Amino acid sequence: MGQMELGNTMVDVNDEGYLTDASQWNKDVANAIAKEIGIELTDKHFEVLEYLRQKHTEGEVLTIRKVGKSGIVDIKGLYKLFPGGPLKYSSKIAGIPKPASCV
Amino acid sequence: MKKIVILGGGTAGTMMSNKLRNALRREEWDITVVDKHKTHYYQPGFLFIPFGIYNERDVKKPKSSFFPAGVNVMYTGVDKIEPENKKVLLDGGKILYYDFLIIATGTQTKPEETPGLKEELWYKDIFDFYTIEGALALQKHFKSWQGGKLVMAISEIPYKCPVAPLEFVFLAEEFFTKKGIRDKVDITIVTPMAGVFTKPIATKMLSDLLVEKNINVVADFYIEKIDNEKKALVSYDEREVLFDTLTIVPVNMGDEMVERSGLGDDLNFVFTDKHTLRHRDHENIFVLGDAANIPTSKAGSVAHFASEILFDNLMNAIEGRPLIASFDGHANCYIETGYGKGALIDFNYETEPLPGTFPLPGIGPFGLLKNTKINHYGKIMFRWIYWHMLLRGKALPVEADMTMAGKKRVTF
Ligand SMILES: Cc1cc2nc3c(=O)[nH]c(=O)nc-3n(C[C@H](O)[C@H](O)[C@H](O)COP(=O)(O)OP(=O)(O)OC[C@H]3O[C@@H](n4cnc5c(N)ncnc54)[C@H](O)[C@@H]3O)c2cc1C
Repeated sequence: MGQMELGNTMVDVNDEGYLTDASQWNKDVANAIAKEIGIELTDKHFEVLEYLRQKHTEGEVLTIRKVGKSGIVDIKGLYKLFPGGPLKYSSKIAGIPKPASCV
Repeated sequence: MKKIVILGGGTAGTMMSNKLRNALRREEWDITVVDKHKTHYYQPGFLFIPFGIYNERDVKKPKSSFFPAGVNVMYTGVDKIEPENKKVLLDGGKILYYDFLIIATGTQTKPEETPGLKEELWYKDIFDFYTIEGALALQKHFKSWQGGKLVMAISEIPYKCPVAPLEFVFLAEEFFTKKGIRDKVDITIVTPMAGVFTKPIATKMLSDLLVEKNINVVADFYIEKIDNEKKALVSYDEREVLFDTLTIVPVNMGDEMVERSGLGDDLNFVFTDKHTLRHRDHENIFVLGDAANIPTSKAGSVAHFASEILFDNLMNAIEGRPLIASFDGHANCYIETGYGKGALIDFNYETEPLPGTFPLPGIGPFGLLKNTKINHYGKIMFRWIYWHMLLRGKALPVEADMTMAGKKRVTF
């Protein structure tokens, strides 16, 4: 837990750098997190991020499959946008919690 | 006569039918349960079948033994719910009207969702243990298996009993050690998540077990398909994991009835208010057990804790009060770790599993996030509790709301 400056905004983050308050998010914050991961954000990325944030607000459990059915991008495309771990990276950049299981 | 209809007579539906029949006057309330199957399986027991610890007879009983007198039971499929008309269409054209509906149709495995899974190797070298058929086929396979690469893979989240794959690899490790062929068996667990453990404290406390037992982990592996010729799992980012025997948790989905009724998400889990347990959009529909899309584990223990809240809120609804009972996502799971030991985790929506002790009057305390013998007995006892207390809707000596008593707040 701690505070950190990302894209000129002070945000609260956990030990792994995920925002602990999704409402502190903005596009500059997203760009700053993405840069650390090594991703350059495009409009397509932001479409995915907005979708994730909306589903998160609605209380839905997010899965790669769900994003793949969203009509924004298919699963292969999602991997191209966020290589290595599409859901964990996209969630981090979207300012929502890391996808987790119970343990 | 007013009517309550319960769809699904598994763990959750059976429990609810008992609670409600006890509480509501027969002259006033008619209760009907609909289920397409007549056999009740104790699903947590499926874990032990591949290793010959349990057999089919240990996990199965007729559903009819657990429904209380005074409840109508219909053994048929549910085709569709029409919430605006407060009616349920059954297979064969019958119609049930309700004042209140409880959806408890659970979750099922869908191997068809993964290309190549249900093909030539299915039940030859590829198994699930989430069905009785799969668990028995794997038991038979293990009797003559001479070793090689054993892979335990998770296809998608959410799936029921999130710790079961972990327990499976621990039990497999013991099984092959005792058989004297552990040196010939390479055990790997494959997960789409960032790791087998995703919560910081559980990771710290339990991940050493995997190292100790020489179990490999492949994380962030999202299965696209199974290559039957190569005997490989293939991920969307084109990585491969080779196997000789594959045990897999196929994609879990709610029943198709949910989709036909337009009441759930893309995996057919029903939109449910995570605190009141009422349907997101429909006042007269409540949801219990694995069928709900609430963000906690899909487990019998969760269904049990939730049933107390649902019961209170249904009574509130019947008597025209606001739904003040609030579910906290409480889950309590034993984790078998092999060699007669187990760990226990207890958590809810807000609090991750913490170390400490879990108070259980008369029996406990159990060690939380600790690997002990008493936790293993807890798991073994659970079967008795399940048949004799849980399904019958009796109060267990555990509170529905999670308690912080005995837990230690820690920071690493
Ligand atoms: C291998 C394994 C290990 C597990 N270990 C544990 C454990 O250690 N601890 C724990 O707490 N939980 C454990 N669980 C999970 C637990 O078994 C489930 O969470 C629990 O059974 C859920 O109850 P339910 O009533 O929601 O669903 P179920 O018990 O699956 O019941 C659903 C019922 O609905 C019926 N149905 C579905 N669709 C229709 C339809 N269209 N028409 C008519 N009927 C329908 C089905 O026939 C079924 O009877 C385990 C599960 C597995 C598979």
